[in-house]
Amino acid sequence: MLYREAGQFKTTYAEDMAIFPVRQDRIVLAVLLGIAFIGVPVLATFHIWPFRSEYLLWAILLPFLILALAAIGTNILVGYCGQISLGSGAFMAIGAYSAYKLATGVHIPLGFLGFAISIPPLPVLASILLGGLMAACVGILFGIPSLRIKGLYLAVATLAAQFFFDWVFLRIPWFTNYAPSGSVNAPVLDFFGLVVRTPVERYLLCLLFVVVIAVLAKNLIRSNLGRQWMAIRDMDIAAELIGIRPLYAKLTAFAVSSFIVGVAGALWAFVYLGSWEPLAFSIDRSLELLFMVIIGGLGSIMGSFVGAAFILIVPILLNLVPTELGVPLSTETITHFEFIIFGSLICYLLIKEPHGFARLISIGKEKLRLWPFPY
Amino acid sequence: MVALGQFLEILIGGLMSGVLYSLVALGFVLIFKASGVFNYAQGAMVLLAGLALVRALDLLIANGFPLWAAIVLGIGFAAVIMAATAWLIERLVIGPLVNQDALTLFMSTIGVTFVIEGVAEMIFGSDVYPLRLFPTDAWFVFEDLFPGGILINKLDLWGALIAGILVAGLAIFFQRTRTGRALRAVADDHLAAHSVGIPISWIWFVVWLAAGLVALVAATVWGTKLGVQFSITFLALKALPVLIIGGLTSIPGAIVGGLIVGAGEKIAEVYLGPSIGGGIEYWFAYVLALALLLVRPQGLFGERIIERI
Repeated sequence: MLYREAGQFKTTYAEDMAIFPVRQDRIVLAVLLGIAFIGVPVLATFHIWPFRSEYLLWAILLPFLILALAAIGTNILVGYCGQISLGSGAFMAIGAYSAYKLATGVHIPLGFLGFAISIPPLPVLASILLGGLMAACVGILFGIPSLRIKGLYLAVATLAAQFFFDWVFLRIPWFTNYAPSGSVNAPVLDFFGLVVRTPVERYLLCLLFVVVIAVLAKNLIRSNLGRQWMAIRDMDIAAELIGIRPLYAKLTAFAVSSFIVGVAGALWAFVYLGSWEPLAFSIDRSLELLFMVIIGGLGSIMGSFVGAAFILIVPILLNLVPTELGVPLSTETITHFEFIIFGSLICYLLIKEPHGFARLISIGKEKLRLWPFPY
Repeated sequence: MVALGQFLEILIGGLMSGVLYSLVALGFVLIFKASGVFNYAQGAMVLLAGLALVRALDLLIANGFPLWAAIVLGIGFAAVIMAATAWLIERLVIGPLVNQDALTLFMSTIGVTFVIEGVAEMIFGSDVYPLRLFPTDAWFVFEDLFPGGILINKLDLWGALIAGILVAGLAIFFQRTRTGRALRAVADDHLAAHSVGIPISWIWFVVWLAAGLVALVAATVWGTKLGVQFSITFLALKALPVLIIGGLTSIPGAIVGGLIVGAGEKIAEVYLGPSIGGGIEYWFAYVLALALLLVRPQGLFGERIIERI
């Protein structure tokens, strides 16, 4: 009844090619954006339920936004271009550490040439974006093997990036400004004189990044480039035969994906963690991102959000349930139960809907369109 | 002579530990060959097998069984556990996911990994359990040739021996038995095998069982080396570059890949490590695999990847 696009006539080409051609979709999106941009900050500022404490904002919404951003980046590579990557965690780390180095000033002594390269500390926004750019450059480098190898072989090859950069940031003290413990602190988040401190401000900052990048990504995917990626994903040899350059398409996918993941990494470090160690970006993070993309739906921007929410929230809920119910279990047993339930849930979802939540949502829309009739 | 002796010692130590990586990699290859599933859970299966074995042994010995009986019964118990695991995985996860793409199957085995880890630790406990099936003392050879001789760990020799027997056994199983032939048929083409009457789900059970038993063998050796503990699951990550170097579909490849990785990373660590910060064992195997893939995309012994439109 409510979700029916009959009667919404498109009279211009621009309307026909809009991102959200259905009016109801636009309304839902506007409501969601309204809640996110106005509702949540207002409730959080005045500490109204469910924002009595800062827990919801800090422990759920903030990581959700940043991980959703990283999932969008991963989805561009895995879901749209079909190049399986297990190195997303490394690209988050590259974004984070590059941004950190740029924000604290870079000094490269080139003793054998007789001079040193020094860059003064950059503003935070510039360092975050340049951190993403740095990740994009490394992404292109590690994308080169994808021209020769594909599928699971490529997945293992990208693991090389993961392990190599884990080691780089752990063992080379230059990246951590010679911090004795190896953990580093984020600089003050100063955006053109506007200092971001409270959780609400941090939340709005991340939200802004996520919305802007999500819109850009969505448009990029509808463009010539995005169609090239999808052609490569569906069958790379056939795509090559119809005139798509695999080199260009694959490497741009690696670059764009790594840029977004790198920015997400910089945000994760600067805005969410505040101070961090290389362990924050381990192989577990890469697997988590891949799960988000697959559970959410390969090749779907919205799916990345749903997947990120699912993978983030399920462990938190599993952790809360026994304490809420008052079941007397040791923490060890609870951890094991979490493992078991989380693992079986993932298997169950993959078996029931291998195309992820995105497919479920489109099935739901189809049903809504026909409601109240079954067909 | 000292330098040469030291080099040989490092080389032999590396080759031996490479054989141990191969033991884990073999399980991967078996499953990948027969069902195209890239089984991330192999490391967790090693943990499960090891925990089942060591806990059964402890219990039996505490109840006064003689050592040989305890070992036989313990291994039997662990084998039964692995058979049950194989059956459950085939029934509940891999069977329903038939014909899905490789990435979905891979992710489902990560889900299986979580479940196996959780169940194994909940039932059998999550401490470090020492396992002593093989001698672990050092052994010096060529003492007259090199000053101080060359140190070889007896456990590594046992590992190499077991790996050799295992590969020979698997080769005979694949080439000479009826089930082995059916397995190769399924690996070649699921649909064709199905249409000539080979029971696919039975074959997959057999493959997962074989991988489970290989995991049990790996667990006996690794458990003796490190003690049975959670960190054994990370072996799966060590075995991946071994697989890639040897080729995902080749059993001899898994052994050769293991030898290359083992020797390569030990030599690199000793001769290259100090100059760039140490700990390069952590990523060396992966970078080696990456470099090799650029030259041979299918690995050293893998089947040539042919694509048609």
